Amino acid sequence: MYDQFRTKAEGVSAEVHRFQTQTEAMDFILEFMKQENVSDTPNQYAVWAQCPFLEQADKGKVSDVNGLYFDINRERANQARVGISQVDWALADTGTLVQDASAIDKRLVSTLPSIHIALLPSSAVLPDMASWLSCVNPKNTGYISMITGPSRTADIERVLTIGVHGPERLVIVCVDELGGDN
Amino acid sequence: MQQEFKQSIDKAIHNKNLTGALGKFSEAYKVNRAKAYEGIDFEALRSTIAERKGYAAAHVDELCATFKKNAEANGAKVFQTKDPAAVRDYILQVAKENNVKTVVKSKSMATEEIHLNPFLEKEGIDVGETDLGEWIIQLAGQTPSHMVMPAIHLTKEEVSDLFSKEIDERLTSDIPRLVKVAREQLREKFLQADMGISGANIAVAETGSIVIVTNEGNARLVTSLPKIHIAVVGIEKLVESFSDIVPILRALPRSATAQLLTSYVTMISGQTPNEEGSMKNLHIVLMDNRRTEMASDPVFKEAMQCIRCASCLNVCPIFRLVGGHVFGKVYTGGIGTILTAWYDEMKSSEDIQGLCIQCGACKDVCPGKIDIPGLIMEIRRRLVKEQGIPMLQKSIFAVVNNRRLFHSMLRAASVAGKPFTKGKFIRHLPLFLADLTDGRSLPAIAPKPFRDVFQKIKQPSLPEKAVFYAGCLIDFAYPEMGTAIVEILNKAGIEVVFPEKQTCCGAPARYNGAYEVAAKNAEDNIEALLEQSDATYVISACPTCTVALDHEFIQTFESIGKTENVPRAKELAAKTIDFSTLVKKLVDEGRLTLKEGQQLGKITYHDSCHLKRTLKADQPPRELLTKAGYEMEEMFECDTCCGMGGSYSLKLPEISGSILTRKLTNIKNTGAPLVAMDCPGCVMQIRGGMDQDGSDIAVCHTAELIAKRLKDD
Repeated sequence: MYDQFRTKAEGVSAEVHRFQTQTEAMDFILEFMKQENVSDTPNQYAVWAQCPFLEQADKGKVSDVNGLYFDINRERANQARVGISQVDWALADTGTLVQDASAIDKRLVSTLPSIHIALLPSSAVLPDMASWLSCVNPKNTGYISMITGPSRTADIERVLTIGVHGPERLVIVCVDELGGDN
Repeated sequence: MQQEFKQSIDKAIHNKNLTGALGKFSEAYKVNRAKAYEGIDFEALRSTIAERKGYAAAHVDELCATFKKNAEANGAKVFQTKDPAAVRDYILQVAKENNVKTVVKSKSMATEEIHLNPFLEKEGIDVGETDLGEWIIQLAGQTPSHMVMPAIHLTKEEVSDLFSKEIDERLTSDIPRLVKVAREQLREKFLQADMGISGANIAVAETGSIVIVTNEGNARLVTSLPKIHIAVVGIEKLVESFSDIVPILRALPRSATAQLLTSYVTMISGQTPNEEGSMKNLHIVLMDNRRTEMASDPVFKEAMQCIRCASCLNVCPIFRLVGGHVFGKVYTGGIGTILTAWYDEMKSSEDIQGLCIQCGACKDVCPGKIDIPGLIMEIRRRLVKEQGIPMLQKSIFAVVNNRRLFHSMLRAASVAGKPFTKGKFIRHLPLFLADLTDGRSLPAIAPKPFRDVFQKIKQPSLPEKAVFYAGCLIDFAYPEMGTAIVEILNKAGIEVVFPEKQTCCGAPARYNGAYEVAAKNAEDNIEALLEQSDATYVISACPTCTVALDHEFIQTFESIGKTENVPRAKELAAKTIDFSTLVKKLVDEGRLTLKEGQQLGKITYHDSCHLKRTLKADQPPRELLTKAGYEMEEMFECDTCCGMGGSYSLKLPEISGSILTRKLTNIKNTGAPLVAMDCPGCVMQIRGGMDQDGSDIAVCHTAELIAKRLKDD
């Protein structure tokens, strides 16, 4: 199922990585931020929304990163190059991520920066939308986001162009150790 | 037809950008759509959607109440109204109460329908569309030309001009750069806006949720950044259960843009916190605007099953030529014609309903299983019932219904037409009739109609009988096709009976909404064709006529309440069979034998709309021709209409001609010297087109080809 998810997600221009441990995943993210020149200057910030991954992470490692913020507002998210959030499920047949995005922070970091890194517990990959229905009760989940690849448009001459209003890159980091709802 | 309307068609057809963009898109769409649906049982999927949406339409009041209760329990304010003006006033009131200066919008057809933007702007509120296509047309001061791709009619150069003016900087037409400009410009608007307005693709009664699908991500920003969110939702978007979103979300992106899923699907089920901790001010407007009335109409309730994917536009041979603006300001294409008739008024659809050529391509792909051409016919019928038949048409029907008069007039025409006739064709007609021969020669009227030719044919006396229904074209223009059919059936041991009293099948009247006339045609034909009670079959070699005999007589009687005629119509339908299906059957039964070992070279086949999509008989002619020794070379878009459409080619010759041009090109591109088809109307259109084109590709009815390929014994 993971393989199908990966194929479908890559088919819509998402980048997919998989790590066994949270430590490996964290190292990847730190290196990624370095590569993307995350720093304490406007348009180069990184913003990371509260999530289980972060709660369990080695705080020392992340507190050293210059320009990485955990208290998030629209101005900061708007000037961030990288936004990081954890998602709750994935759908294999369409390569889709699903997130309970009732918390506004999760939406700010996944909509405003140019790159969205989505942390995904490997075990949370479900076959399809029908199998996801039983995982959620919309009555207690005010805002659910499904994300399938980066933001795209074909509104000018039907030419597919990536990155209109949302991120132009979607980087999915699957973590085996992260567990999940199912 | 309004002069203004004719002019808008003319303008659209000659707009190369428009026809180029739409043409390219529609060609790619068919291929990509098929790919997106791979591994999915489309028929099962659309049956589920039709059932779920049909249920919702039948229980719309109840679902509205349930939705309101559940959404309000989640903290939303729900306002329900029948009146578009009340929707505008409500939104304005919320805006005023909260001192709103700027609004950002994500795409919403419902707000287009009620012309919300100009209303709010007049009140001094700045309204910004944020969907890239919508923003482009807002800058251009235009209306959307397509429900899913609003700016498809504009080129990148035109977009670059618009953007350059907006940001006061000369831009090139580099598309990624233009998209970046839009991102930067609109980002500021998002961050500053006091209110977000969205539509919704689905509203779930059970949970009080709204579901919005987008690719750009603008709906996520519209619903997240401003402290106020108003969603304007047409009540046809309601479904009963949360699980109903699954089939709709499976079909909508695939049918709309050939995607497995759009980049974003947003499900909002109540208030969520804003950045500084306050709760979102969330309003949901349930808009009726005649939808309840539509839901309770016995015929038009089906239109409530629409999921607004616009696939009916994407496969329409007319839409790709003329684009959306010809259809009016809001809803366009096949379903748009129907929605305009309801949400605006029946009269607004008077001209645009005439654009439908009844080819049925949209009905085949509709994920809501809506009989779009059927509903358009119903609009025609109701318009005619209300306003009567135009004088000119009335006199034409009067003539067509009087066989004797029709004969003598056609023969007179054939004599009068002499100066313009060259061999088998009328190449040019004078004066206002010139349009008819523009790009297509018309067949010369046969010196002897089939009904006279038939009397001279010496048939052996055979035990089995079949009644032949010729239809106008075979009778008066192509009697040789009738002769071929008699010859073939005789070889199979079937004697052909030709009832003299058979008359026009009524399709021309029906397709013009004159159901009373069509019913009279049906009555006369039923009497004539069932007279020979021992006949096994009633055979027709014109799919339009076959469909009339097989389906439409019954429907016409039912539509106008002449149900007492239905049993006899069903009796006729049971005997009716199209040429190729019967001959294929006779070959399979060993009653006809094709000559063996023939190598006849390449052939291509054009699917006639009614044969393929109503009679579902696209395979028998191909199997017969291949068995006869032809090598089948399929053409691109083999089942796209040729543009004939009966009297359509007379009413809208420019559109008909443009469709024909594409067909001719597709035929030529196969390299086959011969094209076969099962409809004399298509033969008339395509043969006439090839003649004017100076092409030597032979255009034949399958019957003419098969007659020569049978063994004599």
